[in-house]
Amino acid sequence: MLTLVIKRAALGLMTLWAASVLIFAGTQILPGDLAQAVLQNNATAENVAALRHDLGLDRPAVERYADWLGKAVRGDFGTSLINKRDVSSDLAPRLYNTLFLALYAAAIAVPLSVALGILTAAWQGSIFDAVANAVTLLAISLPEYFLGYLLIKWVAVYWGLFPVLASVTPETSFSGRLYMAFLPMLTLVLVIVAHMMRMTRASVIAVMSSPYIEMALLKGLPKWRVVVEHALPNALAPIINVVALNLAYLIVGVVVIEVVFVYPGLGQSMVDAVAKRDVPVVQACGLIFATVFITLNMVADILALVSNPRLRHPR
Amino acid sequence: MRLFRQKMPFKALIGLLIVIISISGAMFAPILAPYPEADVLGRAWAAPSAGHWLGLDNLGRDVLSRLLYGARLSIGLSLLITALSFTIGVFTGFSAAVLGKTIDMILSRAVDLLLSMPALIFAMVVLSVLGTDLAVLIVTIAILDATRIFRVSRSLAMNIATLDFVEAARLRGEGLWWILRREILPNALAPLVAEFGLRFCFTFLFISALSFLGLGIQPPNADWGSMVKDYSAMIMLGVPTVFYPAGAIATLTIGINLLVDWLVSTSAAKH
Repeated sequence: MLTLVIKRAALGLMTLWAASVLIFAGTQILPGDLAQAVLQNNATAENVAALRHDLGLDRPAVERYADWLGKAVRGDFGTSLINKRDVSSDLAPRLYNTLFLALYAAAIAVPLSVALGILTAAWQGSIFDAVANAVTLLAISLPEYFLGYLLIKWVAVYWGLFPVLASVTPETSFSGRLYMAFLPMLTLVLVIVAHMMRMTRASVIAVMSSPYIEMALLKGLPKWRVVVEHALPNALAPIINVVALNLAYLIVGVVVIEVVFVYPGLGQSMVDAVAKRDVPVVQACGLIFATVFITLNMVADILALVSNPRLRHPR
Repeated sequence: MRLFRQKMPFKALIGLLIVIISISGAMFAPILAPYPEADVLGRAWAAPSAGHWLGLDNLGRDVLSRLLYGARLSIGLSLLITALSFTIGVFTGFSAAVLGKTIDMILSRAVDLLLSMPALIFAMVVLSVLGTDLAVLIVTIAILDATRIFRVSRSLAMNIATLDFVEAARLRGEGLWWILRREILPNALAPLVAEFGLRFCFTFLFISALSFLGLGIQPPNADWGSMVKDYSAMIMLGVPTVFYPAGAIATLTIGINLLVDWLVSTSAAKH
């Protein structure tokens, strides 16, 4: 059991390392000279050579990679190419904002979708089930920004309930943050609840069709007890997996949502940095996003191992 | 209505209708569009009128015309990328399954590596260095997308490659290309068609999202994602122009999903 968990964690660390290589390779070794790209019109031969030296581009790539990773592990991502400021201290409050939004959304979406999934599975074929399915199918098909603008148009502009722009500052109080980030949170919740609910429903229904459930029903147990006590424990592993995958998806969805609501998070920084070709910031954001993504996937696998005894003894 | 000798349910018919309308809108844009896509015709954000059914946009261009021309770029580009990624993904996936051993391991590990990060994050890292050139955009998304297709086609081909008729073809001395094209492909076609629909949808949304973030298709070309970006600011004042391109993206996505749902269920019923 413990060795399996350690094995999985080691695999996660290796994946993370591979991702860091990929990010570094993506920004450094690909064709196209970085110095040339940054200077653009001011690219005289001397300027380019000077900047290449400043960026350390005249050193071998492997050496630069080791240097970059060593510093990144200690939280030092260098200085921005555009405003010459320290990347880590610029990104720290933004990372906090992004995590706040993601956790805010997850805290509401996860219980809601699991409950809805179980209810729709229990009442399979009812009107409630049909309506929930139609609504979630719609939410899956709509792009995040479309949902976001719909909410802005109706909830914020038409009803005037919540602020249009979620421009939180470090001084904003916790309750103020909850209020300002309500619409971006709601958009994220709509997108991921749809996925999670459908998968929860599907896995509970899959378990519900097995003979031992029929046995329990024939025995005369009430339906809620069959669903909660007999079906749910066996449906737990796939549900945990789906929840973790969707939380990982939050990381991607959050980029678009932050731009829609002008929310000062990590995703927005990354979009800005990509447009301005501010490579150290892009690398830092990419690595942080990849770390969260890979960690969540790893946690999902470990939890699935713990919740399902059959996986602990692979044949 | 019947297609592929199967009766189409109502939902699939709606999907087909949406797809046909979108594609014909894109194909016949120069005939259908009342104005050229980049011409300034009046005051910015003019309300819809008889001359301009959907009003004018942020620079005073006709929204309906831009929507029609935008369909060309959004749909055309997604089709091109999906076709490219399918060519790469199916070929490498089938080869990995048929050749096995070393080649399979190298390709699979490379794909695992690319899949270890969210596609949007990885695309943004690459675009930050190579710039948002159209060719860069196409190749980047095609390669990222090919990883998913590699997985699907590899597992499909794995099952087919163990069957007797493939073994017979091998013993007959047929080459790799012949086996892939004549033995594997025809037997994997039905699920691959459904996968094509899904991947097209994904690519279409992906390009639209990148354009929306300002990292995709660059102005002055009209495409639905960047139209959403350009028109979004006016939502605060209650001007609903942003919902035309965003709604177009959403409608086409739903249409394709309805069609793919049906394709998946019929191909599943056959096996």
